[in-house]
Amino acid sequence: MKNTILFLLILSSFTLITSCNENNEYESSQFNLTFNFSHSWDEKTVTNTDFNTIQFTNAHGESLSITKLRYLISRITFEKPNGETLTLDGYNLVDVTNNSNTSFTPIPKIPEGTYSKVSFIFGFNNEDNYDLNYPDLNSVSWNVPEMLGGGYHYMQLEGKFIDNSSTETSYAYHTIRAVNNRVTPQVFKDTFFEVDLGEVTILNDTTFHINMNISKWFDTPNIWNLNDLNNMLMPNFDAQIDMFENGQNVFSLKSIKP
Amino acid sequence: MKHWNLYVLLFLILSCSNDNQEIYVQTPQPLNIPILFEENILAPVIPINNPQTAEGIALGKKLFFDPILSGDESQACADCHAPEQAFTDVRRFSEGIDGTLGKRNSMPLFNLAWNYDEKFFWDGSSFSLEHQAFIPVSDPTEMKNTWTVVEQKLQNHKEYPTLFTQAFGSSKIDSIAVTKAIAQFERTLISSNSKFDQYLLNKIELTAQELNGFNIFMDEARGDCFHCHGSDKNPLWTDNIFHNNGLDETFIDLGLGNITGDPSDNGKFKTPSLRNLAFTAPFMHDGRFTTIEAVIDHYSEGLKNSETIDPLMKKVDSGGIGLTPQDKADLKAFLLTLTDFEFINNSAFHNQ
Repeated sequence: MKNTILFLLILSSFTLITSCNENNEYESSQFNLTFNFSHSWDEKTVTNTDFNTIQFTNAHGESLSITKLRYLISRITFEKPNGETLTLDGYNLVDVTNNSNTSFTPIPKIPEGTYSKVSFIFGFNNEDNYDLNYPDLNSVSWNVPEMLGGGYHYMQLEGKFIDNSSTETSYAYHTIRAVNNRVTPQVFKDTFFEVDLGEVTILNDTTFHINMNISKWFDTPNIWNLNDLNNMLMPNFDAQIDMFENGQNVFSLKSIKP
Repeated sequence: MKHWNLYVLLFLILSCSNDNQEIYVQTPQPLNIPILFEENILAPVIPINNPQTAEGIALGKKLFFDPILSGDESQACADCHAPEQAFTDVRRFSEGIDGTLGKRNSMPLFNLAWNYDEKFFWDGSSFSLEHQAFIPVSDPTEMKNTWTVVEQKLQNHKEYPTLFTQAFGSSKIDSIAVTKAIAQFERTLISSNSKFDQYLLNKIELTAQELNGFNIFMDEARGDCFHCHGSDKNPLWTDNIFHNNGLDETFIDLGLGNITGDPSDNGKFKTPSLRNLAFTAPFMHDGRFTTIEAVIDHYSEGLKNSETIDPLMKKVDSGGIGLTPQDKADLKAFLLTLTDFEFINNSAFHNQ
């Protein structure tokens, strides 16, 4: 009996030691990632202290201010050279107006190694947009009305501009999944998009610095005339497509630093 | 669950420390969170140093209805926050104990635990519900008292020392304990059983007019109310944020701007909830509109431009979006579906 107990003790201790070793080895190859989001108007850095003053000029020539900017990013994905992907749980509502969530550290760590592509989704893909209910996003009134298909906003960019009669006028540049409400059944077009940050090798805890050039929302390929398109853009199918196309150029990777 | 553990631990410690001393253990009474709140929005804000207890809530309720807090013992919180008016005042400006009028309309009180930023009052000048409850006692246009006097009166009262001991474990009464108790009671003021809530719970149907009104509310090209007042996914019907909704070209009252000192905040006031509009007239921070129709008319054709007007206010140059008479009637019909009769008749919220 004593021998049996001794054997079991030794066996369990060995198992424990082995487990610890495996855990340490596992832990040692996992790294924290942080995604910092900055914002600019071309070369000029933009923070919420630059809001509420007409000081920017878009490609069409309108002078404008920003009073609100918040947007959603999701599905940060690491793709290995063999095509295997690792998608991090969670999403982040970057709120520039309140200077909150401009830094996002996903909970799971990432194994060290070289990844052929790192990317995230601007907005939500359709699965994330429609299949789940998000109390945190509902609590900040981020929803899209059911009549427009439901789900969530991707971005809210608001401010004032000087219109062609020299009057200060409001704009609300809200991006959602495009929907044509004038036909039955409604026609949808995906307007979330992937932002490709390129190849990266993870050997330490790593910080990605991503910049949004806000001016690009009004530029390339569609020169945005705020006199024509300044409000009620959510139900405007064509405007949503144009925003989607312009959005392809707004994000850039500034740096990856350990 | 964690709170339960804490109470048990506290009980054990107190039990062990002195067997001869009378021990008061508060009875946890967590908020009864409505299903639509549970499913759709974040958990309520309950300060870690002021958990909801049966004794605390009962004490807070007694204090809320007791004129002892005011300078001449003539005015209670409930005088300007009447339960039958969804805890607001029918008067445009409430009168203080000496007849002085305030400069803003009394805010209704419900669902306050879900104000995540914890900025209270029309201008957000108070952080936390406890701090909010601290202000009216010494405001010369309201209760016009001093906390020293209040504390002394309560301390000398035949019932209160015992009630405070039961609620907080100490008979020493101060403003912190008073405001904690009032805040606990105020957090229980939950409004969640309107006709529209029942519709969302598939218990009843709405009329065609009410449904059309909801569509106008949610239509960015017509009402576009949802951007500030939430939607069927946010049972608060407010974003609890501050906006300039186009009431004035120039401001007599700077609102949030007076608190932050930032000119870009001038003329901004907190979005009120649209629940219980049937009881909460007059409307806006200064109570300028006496009817729901007048409020709808304002957003439809009465908007006034100013530097800080919210970009969500549309077609300001022509006064607004210009709803048709039918749209206006339908929108009002929908808004009235947010009326919660159970809330204003709830005996737990009345002085009994």
